[in-house]
Amino acid sequence: MSGPLINWLRDVKHRYVHPSRLASKGVLGMNRRNISYISRYNPRHLYPLVDDKLQTKQIALDHGVTAPDLIGVIREQHEVGDLSELIATYPGFCIKPAHGSGGKGILVITRNDENGYHKANGQTVSLSDLERHVSNILAGLFSLGGRADVAIIEALIEFDDCFTGFTYEGVPDTRVIVFKGFPVMAMMRLSTSDSNGKANLHQGAVGVGLNIGDGSALRAVQFDRRILLHPDTGTNLHSLKVPHWEQLLALAVSCYEMSGLGYLGTDIVLDRHKGPMLLELNARPGLSIQVANGEGLLPRLRQVEALGHKHKMTAQQRVDFAREHFSRKL
Amino acid sequence: MASRKPFYLLVGLLIIAGVSLTLHRHYTYDIPWLPGETRQTWSIEAKVEFDATGEEILASLAIPNTQPGFTQLNQQTASPGYGLAFSERETGGDRAEWSVRNASGEQALYYKVDMLLDPYAAPPQTSKPPKLKVHIEKEPYATAANQLLDRAQERSSNPYTLARELIQEFNIQSQNAQLLAQLKPQLNWIVQLLHQAGVPAREVHALYLEDGRRRQELVNYIQVFDGEDYELFNPETGERGRPENLLLWEYHSGPVLEVVGGINSHVTFSMIEQEQPFSVALNQKFADNELLNFSLYTLPLEEQALFKGILLIPVGVLMVVLMRILVGLKTSGTFMPVLIALAFIQTSLITGLVGFLLIVGAGLVIRSYLSYLNLLLVARISAVIIMVIGIIAIFSIIAYKLGLTEGMKVTFFPMIILAWTIERMSILWEEEGPHQVVIQGGGSLLVAVLAYLAMNNELIRHLTFNFLGIQLILMALVLMAGNYTGYRLLELKRFKPMVEDK
Repeated sequence: MSGPLINWLRDVKHRYVHPSRLASKGVLGMNRRNISYISRYNPRHLYPLVDDKLQTKQIALDHGVTAPDLIGVIREQHEVGDLSELIATYPGFCIKPAHGSGGKGILVITRNDENGYHKANGQTVSLSDLERHVSNILAGLFSLGGRADVAIIEALIEFDDCFTGFTYEGVPDTRVIVFKGFPVMAMMRLSTSDSNGKANLHQGAVGVGLNIGDGSALRAVQFDRRILLHPDTGTNLHSLKVPHWEQLLALAVSCYEMSGLGYLGTDIVLDRHKGPMLLELNARPGLSIQVANGEGLLPRLRQVEALGHKHKMTAQQRVDFAREHFSRKL
Repeated sequence: MASRKPFYLLVGLLIIAGVSLTLHRHYTYDIPWLPGETRQTWSIEAKVEFDATGEEILASLAIPNTQPGFTQLNQQTASPGYGLAFSERETGGDRAEWSVRNASGEQALYYKVDMLLDPYAAPPQTSKPPKLKVHIEKEPYATAANQLLDRAQERSSNPYTLARELIQEFNIQSQNAQLLAQLKPQLNWIVQLLHQAGVPAREVHALYLEDGRRRQELVNYIQVFDGEDYELFNPETGERGRPENLLLWEYHSGPVLEVVGGINSHVTFSMIEQEQPFSVALNQKFADNELLNFSLYTLPLEEQALFKGILLIPVGVLMVVLMRILVGLKTSGTFMPVLIALAFIQTSLITGLVGFLLIVGAGLVIRSYLSYLNLLLVARISAVIIMVIGIIAIFSIIAYKLGLTEGMKVTFFPMIILAWTIERMSILWEEEGPHQVVIQGGGSLLVAVLAYLAMNNELIRHLTFNFLGIQLILMALVLMAGNYTGYRLLELKRFKPMVEDK
């Protein structure tokens, strides 16, 4: 009679892993991330810099960090009428809420003609549709907790063709965890039909762990499970290699000086003409990057912590340090 | 990184303070660890009977107060037509005094007192030794008495042994004892001789408590003082100490009963033993005893009931903390599960779960229409609140019409919390899809049910209400959980793929 119970217990045991095995892999857990890294290295007063995309853009501009051009900002409902003026000279642009999260409320217009404005997925919308979208942003429809928000209109990123076939709709971006100015781990986030064109791993996007040394793929996961081919396009994900890798790391590292946050997630996209561009920063980067890389963050974080405060390395030296010590082979 | 020493010090202090407060309450106030324990109480009824002579009547009966071994809980009298006053004599000792302008014939007055068997009883005033009084006796009694006293003094070293030996001497020297008994009772002689030897002593009137006895008489004991302390002695056997079932009725050198305007007066006692839940007993014990006693039992009953609920909240909160930090469950709204659990306590679990799911389900359907209307946040939440009230009203009416009185209990749900829950779930649905709604909603409900089971546990209710020190321990646990850097249970599952393939 205890048979089913024992089977069930065995089944449960099979689904969980002993904490010591995770610890030996150096996997960073949520509690330790919050206590030992986020609250220790990220001063609370700096959060608005990254939670508000407008402020992020401002400091990026001040520090010469490459980011998509700002076309304009709409702060109040009565300014919505100015939208057509703002976008008149731009064939393609992107409207996003300053406090949006998880890619919500981002509207990408690739070009416009007499039929109206063309969205990335081929649909066309009219100017009044755009104005209503901006109104929704202002009303807080997309912001956390529904607070009133402002709409940012920025220039369109022309994605590098090198990722064609790796992504289904959506924006392929590179997430680099920068710890005390060292790029410790990186992954590429590719949207899928499961994730509805969004690049969030928990929504079904594919995460590809990247070799810090040269930006080549290490392994790919979807829903925390290892995969080899992109579920929609069928491309071999292991053949992925991010170009302009050194430039991208330099950009990620410069975000440390720019924001002052010690434990930082940087989201970077590759523009066809301008190279790597900062899309947004995250003061509470998720832990899935470890699954995508098949490796825990802790050993790398500790290696950086062991350097102490007095190393006086330049940004370039920190990148070199990371590429030397955190390189992995497929 | 600041040193963690102050933190561990604080946690340590909280735990030590909590544990010692708890132990203190257990050992000083005799509050049991387990609920449902009972305390023995005795209901004793004194019946005063006399024949009235048709004049003014004043009847005065000595009554017992809290004393070592017993705590007086409450007292009442029945005496139709009589005026009643409780008074205190100068020598100490309470009395019940009945008076009436005129009465004739047989009279019966009743006095009833409940005494709690209480090893920790704290008498309101200590028993004062009587003043020494020395009688000069005439011969031959003086010689006989002195013989007894001398023999006893030879074999004794302190007041207590003297009392014991003196009582035994009366049994041994039976000739002398018989001679003395001609003048006055043996008991009076013993007290008198003790006084003569410089030992304060008095005769006290006590009652043997035996369940269901009626028409019992008081028995005499001798109270012998040694400074502030005293001991009781059985005047027949010389046995020292108070038998466990002996209640002192009159112990202040006063008469047991005085009746003016009546003859043939006597008092008899009947008693029953009762088992009372300790909370009832404590309630009565602390009812008019506010000093030094930081206990919720001193509050009025209504506030006590309120505090019973309030003191449970930290338990629910701890449950949420453990579920989120140790297990990693997601809940919608951090402490929403605690409030839902509080509602479950009112409604009972099954009714509560069904009601909650019905209200939130119906709310989500209507809320999806509101989201189509594209309203501002505050207006939208307000609309959801009104909608929740409407749903609750409709469900109550339907339940009532169908004869399901259980269904009426949905009104116990906190409506603002429900509105926010619906709002959050609805946003979650739009942003992350129904899958996340099920995960977070299920997580919230699971935590709420666990919090309910913890908060509704009889033992936990008992402990949190009676031992305020538990709150400090809960605080320490929450602080410790806030410092936990290990893996969450669900992370062990989430990161499993990382370790299994090479």
